[in-house]
Amino acid sequence: MAHTLLEHGTVRELPQAREIHVKAYRLMLLARVLDDKFASLYRMGKIHGGVFLSRGQEALSVALGLALRRGDVFAPLIRDRAGRLAFGEPVLDAVRTFLGSAQGPMRARDGNVHYGAPREGLYAMISHLGAMIPVVNGALMAHRFKGIQGTVGATCIGDGGTSTGAFHEGLNQAAVEKLPLVLVVANNQYAYSTPNQRQFACASLADKAVGYGIAGHRIDGTDLTACLNAVGEAVARARAGLGPQLVEANLLRLCGHGEHDDAGYINPKLKTASVGRDCLKVAEKRLIEQGWADAATMAQWRSDAAHQVEEAVATVQREPGPDPYQEDWCALASKHLSEGQPETAT
Amino acid sequence: MSITYLDAIREAQARALAEDPRVFIYGQDIGEFGGAFKATKNLARQFPGRVLDSPISEDAMLGLAVGAAIEGMRPIIEMQFADFSTVAFNQIVNQAATLYWRTRVPCPITVRLPSGGTSGSGPFHSQSMEALYAHYPGLIVVTPATVEDAYSMLLEAVAIDDPVIFCEHKYLYYHLKADQLPTEAMPVGKARIARPGRDMTLVAYSAMVHEALAVAGELASEGVEIEVVDLRSIKPLDTDTVMASVARTGRLLCVGEAWPWGGVTSEIIARVASEGFDLLDAPPQRLNAKDTPVPYHPSLWAAHRPTARSIAVAARNLLRL
Repeated sequence: MAHTLLEHGTVRELPQAREIHVKAYRLMLLARVLDDKFASLYRMGKIHGGVFLSRGQEALSVALGLALRRGDVFAPLIRDRAGRLAFGEPVLDAVRTFLGSAQGPMRARDGNVHYGAPREGLYAMISHLGAMIPVVNGALMAHRFKGIQGTVGATCIGDGGTSTGAFHEGLNQAAVEKLPLVLVVANNQYAYSTPNQRQFACASLADKAVGYGIAGHRIDGTDLTACLNAVGEAVARARAGLGPQLVEANLLRLCGHGEHDDAGYINPKLKTASVGRDCLKVAEKRLIEQGWADAATMAQWRSDAAHQVEEAVATVQREPGPDPYQEDWCALASKHLSEGQPETAT
Repeated sequence: MSITYLDAIREAQARALAEDPRVFIYGQDIGEFGGAFKATKNLARQFPGRVLDSPISEDAMLGLAVGAAIEGMRPIIEMQFADFSTVAFNQIVNQAATLYWRTRVPCPITVRLPSGGTSGSGPFHSQSMEALYAHYPGLIVVTPATVEDAYSMLLEAVAIDDPVIFCEHKYLYYHLKADQLPTEAMPVGKARIARPGRDMTLVAYSAMVHEALAVAGELASEGVEIEVVDLRSIKPLDTDTVMASVARTGRLLCVGEAWPWGGVTSEIIARVASEGFDLLDAPPQRLNAKDTPVPYHPSLWAAHRPTARSIAVAARNLLRL
């Protein structure tokens, strides 16, 4: 088992760099436009419950989604709009879930960031942080039992989630079983309002990898190229049988924890520091500098993304919400073992 | 040949492993060592790669089971003691229990909880957790009281498409014996009349069934006929069988080894009182463990849990009402 901590400071060129950067950028853009739409719908009172955006984490998330392929398992967390789209999730799934459509993947039984399609390898997160790590381990164990080779399981967490017992148990379990798990830590400097210095005392979260006997990677999460390189390499290493990979990406959440939160606690110095850069703008600049896109092309992409989002929202706004009278109030797959509602007075 | 309750659990797992390639067992010390109670003795050797030692990580054990179930496996998780399942509580009640409701993907996992008190085991190796899990939607909770049920209900648990909390009682492991494994079984969700009677309904489950039967035997010599109902499963709860028995006897005493606040005994009384009030000739009664942690010393422990002696006192009191 590797005990390596890989620093990804220097950015090497990828083959087909233009193609993958353009693809990644357009997915990041779509995620951002979708997020902006959700924020606006939230302010209009069109969304029940919370709205949680991915702003500032698109580069990291998209890199993971693009590195995965069909047959892999992906358990995204709260700020993985871009990774979900890159993994192949339809825009409609997110819109239906946020707007509470009965036709959504969760049928309005669960909302906002809690959605997925487990049969497609896209697991629906629960709110308890770290809890998806052993679940992905279990999926990978199942692949092992079934003789399925070459698949990878990936899940994401934030800096705060690394403090949970579930994180420790899950990562240790993956290490013991030498599973092809990729755990991506988005260190966005704050767990809700709590800064890093109240969350952990180690120099770097990637250092934790050494303690578990697995490979650790540390990258600049605001730099799309760095993310594509490092996350791609981590996924490739896991796929090649080199065991679990922990990736820590440093970045800043460019929004509140949810749209109810003005994030007044964020240190203004971070906003002007390198860690506070907007990954979308960094990627845009790189595309221009490399000559991979010009301003007119980018404007067209933005307009395409806006159109796609508007179309999805318009579709979902015509769909019915859930009907409590038609709802099947049974939590069991084994209907014959359901107790029904003996206490309900009729 | 005689088969113990513990043998039945081992044999059921051996059969499940033999008949269904989707089954595997995961838990602490269950591999080569065969488990703290030897419930998986020789299984690792018999089924290589399918009976796996886990780290001491109850939360991750259950999380792994859920992920494997999503991908089509049928894991059996052995908790070393039911008490430690509190560490896995999040994965059981929030992940496993909600999965089907949220995503339409079933979660067929079996969680074996070596439950209940034994002499000298103390606060953290004696607990009865059934009420806690029964409270959550999306879980099946079973409490076999006989060798036959331990075998057939464990096999059924593995076949059920939902998470099953299998509460096996440690007190019954070694001294409860049967001549052979059953070939037929009552399904989960049906209670059993363990002993018919007409004067009083005594509802019990798990190890308390045997205390209840002892009381019924004792009072029979005084001319009192107690009907003992073995619930077998806590969720679903077979209210019909209980209600039919109360209709015959007019008197109800519920006994549980778990703590008194909320729980199985109060649930039964609530159902009978609200749906069958007219059937009752006397106020329904219940008897549970005392409302303290489970004590270590045998003499304290014997006074903490219901026993044939304390149940007999409660039964006689109810007959006088």
